[in-house]
Amino acid sequence: MAAGFKVAEPLEYHRSFLKENCRPDGRELSEFRTTTLNIGSITTADGSALVKVGNTTVICGIKAELTNPIVEAPGKGYIVPNVDLPPLCSSRFRPGPPAEQAQAASQFIADVIESSEVIQTEDLCIERGKLCWVLYCDMMCLDYDGNVLDACIIALLAALKNTQLPEVTISTETSKPEVNLEKRRGLHIHKHPVSASFCVFDDSILIVDPTAEEESLSTAHLTVVTDDEDRLCVVHKPGGTSLSGEKLQECISRATARQREIQKLIDKVIHSVKTAQ
Amino acid sequence: MMEVCGSSNVTLREFGSEQSLLSRPDGSASFIQGNTSVLAAAYGPAEVKVSKEIYDRATLEVLIQPKVGLPGVRERAQEQCVRETCEASLLLSLHPRSSLTLILQLIHDDGSLLSCFLNAACVALMDAGLPMSRLFCGVTCAIDADGQIITDPTAAQEKESRALMTFAIDATERRVMMSSTRGSFSVHELQQCIAVSQKASEKIFQFYRDSVRRRYSKTL
Repeated sequence: MAAGFKVAEPLEYHRSFLKENCRPDGRELSEFRTTTLNIGSITTADGSALVKVGNTTVICGIKAELTNPIVEAPGKGYIVPNVDLPPLCSSRFRPGPPAEQAQAASQFIADVIESSEVIQTEDLCIERGKLCWVLYCDMMCLDYDGNVLDACIIALLAALKNTQLPEVTISTETSKPEVNLEKRRGLHIHKHPVSASFCVFDDSILIVDPTAEEESLSTAHLTVVTDDEDRLCVVHKPGGTSLSGEKLQECISRATARQREIQKLIDKVIHSVKTAQ
Repeated sequence: MMEVCGSSNVTLREFGSEQSLLSRPDGSASFIQGNTSVLAAAYGPAEVKVSKEIYDRATLEVLIQPKVGLPGVRERAQEQCVRETCEASLLLSLHPRSSLTLILQLIHDDGSLLSCFLNAACVALMDAGLPMSRLFCGVTCAIDADGQIITDPTAAQEKESRALMTFAIDATERRVMMSSTRGSFSVHELQQCIAVSQKASEKIFQFYRDSVRRRYSKTL
């Protein structure tokens, strides 16, 4: 009976749970799904991380390449993020060029990197005007069950913390770069941006960390990104029904609490990897 | 033309709009904010491609065309923001299994582009006579190095700013429908910017009202 109700009237089905201040998967309205993190999962990448938020799975690999700095910013390296939503992860994505959602997600990640200054791009410069690092950050969703932006940000941050760049020196005789693969050092992470996503049901009820089904039934989405100093990096609300100031404040305080949780999780995982070695 | 404002008085650049300037679309409008200029055309309700058909409402497509070249990732992200804002204000369930198309052509970018896209979109939808539950407008705020809030910044002011926020404000309750930000800022600054945008939106809604009144007083 319940299964039939869910298929025939998905919105009513969700409403009946929300009326009782809980959700179909047993969570409270402001409860995140269990988040698990694994770092260094791809040994061939310079840095990598795998994140699961409930069923949503995102893997991030970082590849560092040597390149010439762009003319406008000779003293800076650059970061190229890309989010891939392949047909593997959900039936809503078709093969072919990236759809709007994947492109909007890539742009969102690029905005977060730029706004939060997670890495100072000056750190990626090796020789001014001649040589710098470019970091290709590829995030791939393996299982799409909603809230892919949060999972991408966690995966990106953990992978950046895991990244080890080899030492590069420019030889004085040939003026060509020499890479010392034996000697590697980690990146300097200045800020720890973490996002929290929300959905609005029936123009009034706010739920956190939506599943794919909740996302498709809701009337508005909101993603808030905060850093360690409680500053807001991005408040992304791509349309949908309007939100009052008090609700927005509620979202921001939940996001700051989430930032603490995730930063603790990342530190714990990095520490456990170090002690295991 | 453009002034720095305190939180008490809000200044926007000179803005204006021309409606029904194209013959083929069902509704068209140009919107000009200072030197930023956008041309919008709305088509529909029309027949929809089977793959995009939604059984209980109309499918809205928003296309943003840059001045040169093909639309890129940045345009896609802007399209998403404009589309979801329009979807929330249009009564799409009145036209099930049909398509609405909104084309936004950039003419000149001198800052506050996303807000100009939103304003042009709203005026074009009004001109097309599509049923809407509410109107909306876009306002861009920049916070400069001294912490001053500048509404409707130019491209040069955007470049120098520490943070940049664009909001879509709805006309009925003056609440935030869309928000897109760049740079880092405190919670207090966000709330200040929202308050400033709400104040600025009054001017734009008054302009909508005046321009519609002027047009229909001629035809009647």
